[in-house]
Amino acid sequence: MAGELSGILDHVDRIAALDLDDVPPTSHVVDLKNVLRPDEPRPSWPRETMLDAAPDPAEGAFRAPSPAAETEV
Amino acid sequence: MSELLGLTVAEAAARISAGEIPGAEYTEAWREAAAGDELNAYLWRADDRTSGTPPNGEDSGTFGGGDGPLAGVPVAVKDIFCAEGIPTTAGSRILEGYRPPYTATAVRRLHDAGAGVLGKTNMDEFAMGSSNENSAYGPVLNPWDRGRVPGGSSGGSAAAVAAGLAPCAIGTDTGGSIRQPASLCGIVGLKPTYGAISRYGMIAFASSLDQCGPLTRDVTDAALLLSALQGHDPCDSTSVGIEGGIAAPSREDLSGLRFAVPSELARDGIEPGVRAVFEATLETIERLGGELSEASLPHTEHGISAYYVLAPAEASTNLARYDGVRYGMRAEAGELVEMYEGTRAEGFGDEVKRRIMLGTYALSSGYYDAYYGRAQRVRTKIAADFAAAFSEFDFVVTPTSPSVAFNLGEKTDDPLAMYLNDFFTVPMSLAGLPAISIPAGLAEPEGGGPRLPVGFQIAAPAFGEQTLLEAAFALEREIGFDARPGKDGDG
Amino acid sequence: MAELEPVIGLEIHVQLSTRTKMFCGCELSFGDEPNVHTCPVCLAHPGVLPVPNERAIRYALQIAVALECEVAPRSIFHRKNYFYPDNPKAYQISQYDVPLATGGRLGDVRIHRVHLEEDAAKTIHVGESGRIHGSAASLVDFNRAGTPLVEIVTEPDLRGAAEAAEWAKLLRTTVRQLGVSDVNMEEGSLRVDANVSVRPAGSDELGVKTELKNMNSFRFLERGVEAELARQRELTDAGEPVVQETLHFHPGDGTLTALRSKEEAHDYRYLPEPDLVPLAPTEAMLSDARESLPELPAARIARYETELKVSSESAALLAADPGAAAYFEQVLEEPGGADAQTVANWVTGELTAALRQAREKDGVDEPSLDPGSLATVIELVRTKAISHGSAKQLLPTLVLEGGDPVEVVEREGLTQISDSSELEGIVDAALEANPEAAEQVRSGNGKAIGAIVGAVMKKTKGRADGGEVNRLIKERLS
Repeated sequence: MAGELSGILDHVDRIAALDLDDVPPTSHVVDLKNVLRPDEPRPSWPRETMLDAAPDPAEGAFRAPSPAAETEV
Repeated sequence: MSELLGLTVAEAAARISAGEIPGAEYTEAWREAAAGDELNAYLWRADDRTSGTPPNGEDSGTFGGGDGPLAGVPVAVKDIFCAEGIPTTAGSRILEGYRPPYTATAVRRLHDAGAGVLGKTNMDEFAMGSSNENSAYGPVLNPWDRGRVPGGSSGGSAAAVAAGLAPCAIGTDTGGSIRQPASLCGIVGLKPTYGAISRYGMIAFASSLDQCGPLTRDVTDAALLLSALQGHDPCDSTSVGIEGGIAAPSREDLSGLRFAVPSELARDGIEPGVRAVFEATLETIERLGGELSEASLPHTEHGISAYYVLAPAEASTNLARYDGVRYGMRAEAGELVEMYEGTRAEGFGDEVKRRIMLGTYALSSGYYDAYYGRAQRVRTKIAADFAAAFSEFDFVVTPTSPSVAFNLGEKTDDPLAMYLNDFFTVPMSLAGLPAISIPAGLAEPEGGGPRLPVGFQIAAPAFGEQTLLEAAFALEREIGFDARPGKDGDG
Repeated sequence: MAELEPVIGLEIHVQLSTRTKMFCGCELSFGDEPNVHTCPVCLAHPGVLPVPNERAIRYALQIAVALECEVAPRSIFHRKNYFYPDNPKAYQISQYDVPLATGGRLGDVRIHRVHLEEDAAKTIHVGESGRIHGSAASLVDFNRAGTPLVEIVTEPDLRGAAEAAEWAKLLRTTVRQLGVSDVNMEEGSLRVDANVSVRPAGSDELGVKTELKNMNSFRFLERGVEAELARQRELTDAGEPVVQETLHFHPGDGTLTALRSKEEAHDYRYLPEPDLVPLAPTEAMLSDARESLPELPAARIARYETELKVSSESAALLAADPGAAAYFEQVLEEPGGADAQTVANWVTGELTAALRQAREKDGVDEPSLDPGSLATVIELVRTKAISHGSAKQLLPTLVLEGGDPVEVVEREGLTQISDSSELEGIVDAALEANPEAAEQVRSGNGKAIGAIVGAVMKKTKGRADGGEVNRLIKERLS
């Protein structure tokens, strides 16, 4: 995997040589602004439906193992 | 029955709407055909029940009923689209058994037009791939030669349409994933302008590049599907739709239309057979009255480099939600980080892992400017190259893929070689422009063997789908491609 | 040892009181059952997309304008990436280097930036101790996930713990007046973290700062900052370096502990959010925000002091309570000859006391005493129709039952005794009944008069004018 990744990066590095100083980055391809949604409620999904998909539902919530104890100083 | 299967979607829809054929009969014929899938094109097929619970309780009509423009037409849907209650895996183990609680807008619009879901098609995992060999559920075989790949990532959709297992399909295209498999399977594949079709419900790979599009037998069918799919969606704030909608194309020739051939095509790496078909198609264009010129799009050479920074970077964040907490697969562990790592190590395939690592690296502190930042700027330059070309020309044309379908396993050991399949398709994705691939002929592969389909790509300015479809329609008619994969897979 | 000065900046999160979440139409939750306000979007199901809440943008603009910030003509959202169960997308949609607004001011503190983001889910750690350490599992409730938040970051302009708490209160009052948030620290709709450092007095450079979290009241904020300042002072005096770290405040004993996690400091790998298009506040949006601004505390205080000649103490009290300020201004509009200071005293003094009593004793939240009636009461006292003491008795009745003050005065027999002969008679009787006190007053002990005044007031049931009673007694005894 490491060899493959560095091979890909070598190819990608070709863009390092380009002169891009005055070029603005494209963060959005569509020329839109202020696309907003009115603050109107829409019914939420039933809890059972959502918990149905969960690997470990418990007490109406999504259960996950806790993180290892963070060290106190 | 086979007469029904021989109709194009446009023909069938017209007859169903005229009452000549019952929609249910047409649908049933296709269900039976789909059941004969030996290419591993389908991951799930609909049975006698409706195609899935309508979105959030609303009744959007039963399968095969209703009287929209696609009434009675079943559509093969790439397994990247969520359909409520129907298994949706994105070709990955990490979503094995997942049934979405909601339906993608693109699928809902098909429902609204009267169509139904015929089945969910196989794909490269999370749309990452150009051969459909990255699916966790096995590769898809090319109906023209079962020892070869159908292309990817929408390999299942392309193979299904090409092999007569579906009348039409939808897929997604991020760097070529509709156009390239369409080319390798000898069918039509269209990637619309970014924003033409809603992405809501389309499992995200690279958000600023992904687009839904049709895979069909001909250009008229592609237009019909696009017409139903396109539109602004309040659930997708990047969607705009196509102003004026889409009408069935009817253009008879190409007079007055100007076609640009990028000078960057004079590169190595295109199979001789592919190049020959390409040049023949250029002659066809001239015969139809089109004007050909050469144009330089210098930065398109760097499309792959930019794409393979941007797409993995966006993918790395889009795929971070697969953590085993709320849905999907979870690896059992007593501690959180262990659970995350186990789930993702087991749930993701190698290509996905590769791209997540690349993407994470490209976004990490200290590297952002060198990689992601630069790639965004290359993107601007590529868009500018196209804009300059489109100020003089109506279309830019290229071969869709540098090769015909290659052998299974041929490029799996060399990811970079695999990535270069996308050389001609990636620039249009980066610029957000619409592009179509139509089958233009057959060619012998480089290593010799029976001839295989070659696709011809036409790209147009943003929201220029109607003119694009008109030109493609005229060209398709003149080319008259009527080859079909044989039963034993030799055209 | 050089004298050290505190350098404090605050990082505030305000939960907006919109009806729905930041990026989906789920309603905001108030102590409901877990996970009843969720949908595929806020649970980050595959394929979902965010769409920003229009009202949240509007509220954020109001905050930015109220804090005199410069609103960016174009701002974008960013993804802030990290893994945690309370972060369903494994990234938080926030704003990074192109935020909604920058460079403002509130009181003496400059505002660095104002931006929008979404709140995380709530995690309950269940295990033996119920705390994060040593727990077996986490239960995640996504009701809160996606709630709109505005983050306000100040410049490090604060110079003390008390000052920080006071300024935080000013911020709270200001935001509350906008009506965009409950800003309740105990409930979590207002969260204040502090960045604390020390440096030699007069220096321009910034020392190493620590970040203090989990102070969920103004008092705890002050205590936490104080404790950290003391700790840093001690370290610096001993020549030891202050380490940059995050400290967690323990409300139980007011101590701070450093939480050092096993991994390196987080690299959030920010990237522009591709699913959301930029915000470009229009002139209409900005003037809407400006016009919707009520008179904010700082401006109100200034106006009361300069135009109404109200003392700064009274002005501050009124400005801190917009309801009282509004009431005060309405009373001023009513007929009556009392000056603004007098009215201010009544509103912040007797009225406030009567309202508190009504709330606490009788459970009445809505007083029936309208500004016109209070104006009448004030006028009655001013014209000596009733005594101040009688008015005090009158207020609770009016607050609870309402009614025309003049009628109630009649009914309860609270009219001030204006008949001097009647009053003189009572004074004489009181003097007779308190000969020792009278003698003391005669010999120069002025304070002894209180007993006699008290006796008169008791007899008159407070209806005598205190000033007049005093005068009569002194006259009699001189």
